[in-house]
Amino acid sequence: MKDDPILLIEQLTKHFPVRGGLFLRTVGHVHAVDDVSFEVRRGETLGLVGESGCGKSTVGKALLRLYEPTSGSVFFEGEDVTQMDRKRLRTLRKDIQIIFQDPFESLNARHTVGKILAEPFVIHKVGTPEERQQRVASLLERVGLDASAANRFPHEFSGGQRQRIGIARAIALEPKLIVCDEAVSALDVSVQSQVINLLLDLQREMNLALIFIAHDLAVVKHISDRVAVMYLGEIVETEIAQEIYDAPKHPYTQALLSAIPIPDPTASKDRVILSGDVPSPITPPTGCRFHTRCAHATSVCINQKPFRERISDDASIACHHWEKISNDRGVSTSNAS
Amino acid sequence: MPLLSIENLSISFETDEGVVDVIDDVSISLEEGETLGLVGESGCGKSVTALAVMGLLPKPAGRVTGGVIRFEGRDLTQLTSEQLSRVRGDQVAMIFQEPMTALNPVHRVGKQLGESYRLHHPNASKAEIRSEALRLMDHVGIPAAERRLDEYPHQLSGGMRQRVMIAMALSSRPRILIADEPTTALDVTIQAQILELLRDLQREYGMSIIFITHDLGVIAELASRVVVMYAGRIAEEASVETLFASPLHPYTRGLLDSIPRLESESKSVLPTIPGVVPSIDELPVGCRFSNRCEFAQDQCSINKPLLELATESRTVACLRWRELEQNAVATA
Repeated sequence: MKDDPILLIEQLTKHFPVRGGLFLRTVGHVHAVDDVSFEVRRGETLGLVGESGCGKSTVGKALLRLYEPTSGSVFFEGEDVTQMDRKRLRTLRKDIQIIFQDPFESLNARHTVGKILAEPFVIHKVGTPEERQQRVASLLERVGLDASAANRFPHEFSGGQRQRIGIARAIALEPKLIVCDEAVSALDVSVQSQVINLLLDLQREMNLALIFIAHDLAVVKHISDRVAVMYLGEIVETEIAQEIYDAPKHPYTQALLSAIPIPDPTASKDRVILSGDVPSPITPPTGCRFHTRCAHATSVCINQKPFRERISDDASIACHHWEKISNDRGVSTSNAS
Repeated sequence: MPLLSIENLSISFETDEGVVDVIDDVSISLEEGETLGLVGESGCGKSVTALAVMGLLPKPAGRVTGGVIRFEGRDLTQLTSEQLSRVRGDQVAMIFQEPMTALNPVHRVGKQLGESYRLHHPNASKAEIRSEALRLMDHVGIPAAERRLDEYPHQLSGGMRQRVMIAMALSSRPRILIADEPTTALDVTIQAQILELLRDLQREYGMSIIFITHDLGVIAELASRVVVMYAGRIAEEASVETLFASPLHPYTRGLLDSIPRLESESKSVLPTIPGVVPSIDELPVGCRFSNRCEFAQDQCSINKPLLELATESRTVACLRWRELEQNAVATA
């Protein structure tokens, strides 16, 4: 048996009202997240991947109740986050933290890094002022910055260093889970790899669970144990990171993987190019939401929503035709070799 | 003879901290019909180089302080702004990462697309201009073009906007297209569509493309030759196959190593380049990569490495490339 999950999300749904007309009445809803369920185990990284508008960031924010979920449950260590009062929510922040793409926006520009990093200790009344200073120094060291950084301001740092500061603040209270929302997406390649290594190190040291939200599948695959692929507000496939790359089952996952430019000019380039754009989440397609762009779609896909079935401890898939598609792929690859 | 040749270009910017050399002695040539990749991290000078070709350096802060940009027998750095704008309109076009910077938000898409045709055909009727705009939209694969003509840019998706911008850029059949991170803001599936479109259009028009990106994957797919830039200088140049198979400059090697790859093992430690890209007002003396280079010696922080021929078809700017290459061969 696998460990108990530290986080268990059940049928999480978040709809945003769309207002229009003279009296700004609600004229529709953006189906940002629909009926999303998954679990995160202690110390593991779950990658949440998909294109813009698929709802991956909304999941991250809704599970922390930065957005109030429309329905569904979020169990953190068995306790339902959606039922917590404000006071309990505040203490929950000790255990669950979030890191965003641009740390600069979440760092107070007028405060020194030292003050920014001491803040979590002040809010949660941890230690004396002297102890807090020491903790700040050791935090900085832990994320690979010089202790003198405490006396400087956020704008004096580069993007990568600011993300280190963001990470230092996130780990200050030794959380059990960190949501990383496109945390390395804005960084240059040479700095991105440093920050990825840092996250992996901290995870090992602290037995941290991570939800790693990103659009870059190669980065997600590198940092994750398991990956959940989202399309238009729904999870279409979950799988062990290595497996999803070796044998993607959902046609969307297959297209997503094949669209990634490979940094090797000798690599073969037969790819599935999806036609069209992602449909509007205000009026998502009927049945399987991917059917408008799927090469394998049949009438059942238009009329019937595919149920996401669990096919192993770690894997699930929501596609009417996945077995046939996998078989066909298996046949064609074995023919080729 | 190359179609475009940038020779020993230097550009300086006036900043609060004084004058800084943003581009130092950069030479790039572009052949007829080829796709040249210009790659590097933020602040390496790839976009500034492109803007200089277009005569679009921000004024008065940016200034060409040396070198020439030769195109069809003329030095673009010496042209008047009127002559330059004619070159831009007819011969050299540019597309950007964010199409909204190039599209006018208050004009309908059709009107903007017809603009160039109207300029070239002052007597054209409204119907003619409209049908030309429609033709262009069809050409870049915009579905329901007839309806889209009357829409405003914000009503289009990012991918569609980029297609409109490409249609505008190509409306005058330029000989050179400069594409500055045109797919960076797009989702991968849309990026794949746009790259495919650019490849098709290039085949059709026979134009040359300078493709600027930080994404080595995109470079590997699209470019035939690659120039790697670092902190305002060229680190090395080679054919795309050679560069990826045997990078000579330690920076290129570090960059290639540090990309997370789909085929690499999950949760393994990634090779990194230590430190950060230096900001333009604190560039290291000597080799600008010396403070991050694991192979740097004393000479590297004193002497500036010149771009030299490593083989007949590739160049590199590193004081130690010969030794490093021999070591690499020996260990391989």
